[in-house]
Amino acid sequence: MNNLLEAKDVVKKFGAFTALNKVSLEIPKESIFGLLGPNGAGKTTLIRIINQITYPDQGNVLFEGEPLQPKHIAMIGYLPEERGLYKSMKVGEQALYLAQLKGLHKQEAKKRLKYWFERLEIGDWWGKKVQELSKGMAQKIQFVVTVLHQPKLLIFDEPFSGFDPINANLIKEEILELRKQGSTVIFSTHRMESVEELCDHIALIHKSRKILDGNLIDIKKAYKNNTYEVGLESNDKHELKKELSSKFKVEDADFKTVGDELKLKIQLNDGGTANDLLSYLADKASVSHFIEMIPSASDIFIQTVNKNDING
Amino acid sequence: MDKLKLIIKREYLAKVRNKSFIIMTILSPLLIVGMVALVVFLTKVNADQKKVIAVFDESFLFAESFKATSTESFLLFHELSLKEAKDSVNAMGYYGLLHIPNRENIDAIAENTAFYSGKAPSISILSSMETIIENKIREKKLTKYGLGERDLQEISKSFELKTESFTGERNLKGVNEIKAIIGGAFGYLIMMFIIIYGAFVMRSVIEEKTSRIIEVIISSVKPFQLMLGKILGTAMAGVTQFVIWIISAGILSMILFSVMGISIGELNSTANLPPDAIDTMTKISESQSEIQLYVTELSKLPIITLIVSFIIYFILGYLIYSSIYAAIGAAVDNETDTQQFMIPVIMPLMLAIYVGFFSVFENPHGPIAVGFSLFPLTSPIVMLMRLPSGIGADGVPLWQLITSVILLIGTFVFIVWLASKIYRVGILMYGKKPSYKELYKWLKY
Repeated sequence: MNNLLEAKDVVKKFGAFTALNKVSLEIPKESIFGLLGPNGAGKTTLIRIINQITYPDQGNVLFEGEPLQPKHIAMIGYLPEERGLYKSMKVGEQALYLAQLKGLHKQEAKKRLKYWFERLEIGDWWGKKVQELSKGMAQKIQFVVTVLHQPKLLIFDEPFSGFDPINANLIKEEILELRKQGSTVIFSTHRMESVEELCDHIALIHKSRKILDGNLIDIKKAYKNNTYEVGLESNDKHELKKELSSKFKVEDADFKTVGDELKLKIQLNDGGTANDLLSYLADKASVSHFIEMIPSASDIFIQTVNKNDING
Repeated sequence: MDKLKLIIKREYLAKVRNKSFIIMTILSPLLIVGMVALVVFLTKVNADQKKVIAVFDESFLFAESFKATSTESFLLFHELSLKEAKDSVNAMGYYGLLHIPNRENIDAIAENTAFYSGKAPSISILSSMETIIENKIREKKLTKYGLGERDLQEISKSFELKTESFTGERNLKGVNEIKAIIGGAFGYLIMMFIIIYGAFVMRSVIEEKTSRIIEVIISSVKPFQLMLGKILGTAMAGVTQFVIWIISAGILSMILFSVMGISIGELNSTANLPPDAIDTMTKISESQSEIQLYVTELSKLPIITLIVSFIIYFILGYLIYSSIYAAIGAAVDNETDTQQFMIPVIMPLMLAIYVGFFSVFENPHGPIAVGFSLFPLTSPIVMLMRLPSGIGADGVPLWQLITSVILLIGTFVFIVWLASKIYRVGILMYGKKPSYKELYKWLKY
């Protein structure tokens, strides 16, 4: 069993509105799985189904090969996008309460909370009321509560919102550390740069359907189209561009360098290799910049969603 | 089960530690007892201040008929002009002047009698004077027709119906009203509890929504568990508050009574003994034996039935209404949006109380009383008002009680199911204020 979680043809309807339309997912163990999609695509509904907050109308979800059951709740840690704490309750008391609801015993929960509070340097907040804390401070407590019971599956919905860059980085490091210790992470966000940094698998949900999923590297390989970004130093740039345009698909490129060379994006035909292009270019001019263009997660996101919208 | 316990504990502590809750718990008995003390004090002050009325009787027919009562005393004027009389009443600050002129016959006298006062006189004083004059006129006229003093005494005897039950026991007047008031007090208690603590449940649900903690919690527990825990925790806080109120109000009123008791004693000793003291004494002993009769009658109240059914109706009624409150709290984003949903909740409660006071008191086993004591949303209040007359032949028929409880349990199951459905969907809905139509749609999600 390589997948921690599998969703099979999950359908969820709210009256006439279909929130999820036959969505299937496979989330490999110890991966960081990016669940992406525009607003209102159905990500939150899927996450809520995994958390057994709502139930699918059709299809099923398997956790370590078993259909979801109440006992799995204790194996999942969920940090929702809409999150908060009881304002008038004290921090320590509240964290203890939430940990106990996840099935931890009081003493054990206390011990672990002490550890985490020290680790995140928030030890002196124990007796404070939540309403005295800033938003970022409250977010740290929510993060601790989410991971405290050492769940096999962690679900973070926009985990970095409300954090300053320093704390966002701190949390990012913690997420990577948790994965190293064996947790699987589902990560839902709009911030593509953090997808790039963290995720090794992604799924893209758009208009209630899954339109793309798989290993991020594989997807990138599939999305790259043999295009290279080159910088060429030549005396007659115009002539050179004309010549290249007759042989390849050429576009102007824009990247930062120190010289004023000719900057182009060159797409090779199928079967053409980087070596062929490089040796061809080396004959014509002096090559100052040569890089294969790999689409970013953001490019893939926009491209796939747009393509899907055109195709209807 | 452990989770439910945790939730109940949190809700209970959150409520009990709340500052306004603590203040209310401490302050309310003081306020209530203080209010009672104030009312007693004010009545006493009022009673102490006798109103003095000057009677200027030129006909000399009525003078002896004006006898002092606890609230007014009369002062007889003689051999003055009307103007002098008015001036002296005004100067002495008396309440008013009753002028009875001397005329050829009693009708003419009555016609020309007048009352002068600085302020508009109170109706009770006017009518007491009117009664005195009326009686005297009747007496005079009857004497004219040849009736002697003894005849007059004969005809002025008052009459009171003696009441008895078929089995020969003496039926006491007003005992039905007393029973209904006891039942009414139980019913009123239930209504107050539902309104106060139902609203607490609702506010607590809204708080969880606005603080956005709800999704964190229901990823750990079922929404139904959370709702139930909230309702039970709040109820326990409410019972705690009620117990504190009852105990402290009891202690306070005991202290108060002991203080007041002494002053009542003082009042008695300083009061003038009326001339017909013997008559009064017999009256007192009569009323004492009557009080004893009332006590025995009330001790025959089906206390166990009352308490058991109070508990049953209280629990079921509270659970039904508080789950409706929870569903309302879940459906809205803030308290101002609750108005449109509150009316259907408050309506049956109000209806129950009004029906109880206007119909059940009058006729505890009439069709309206029976109907409303079967209808589940009003039965917790109305049935309790009927129950003090017992179960069986001259009380509530057993089938009605059983039907009412069965209907209530059925409604309880249905409403809790309905409310938990709305609750489950509502707690995750933010932004817009839902309509009834949307709530209906949620049931099918």
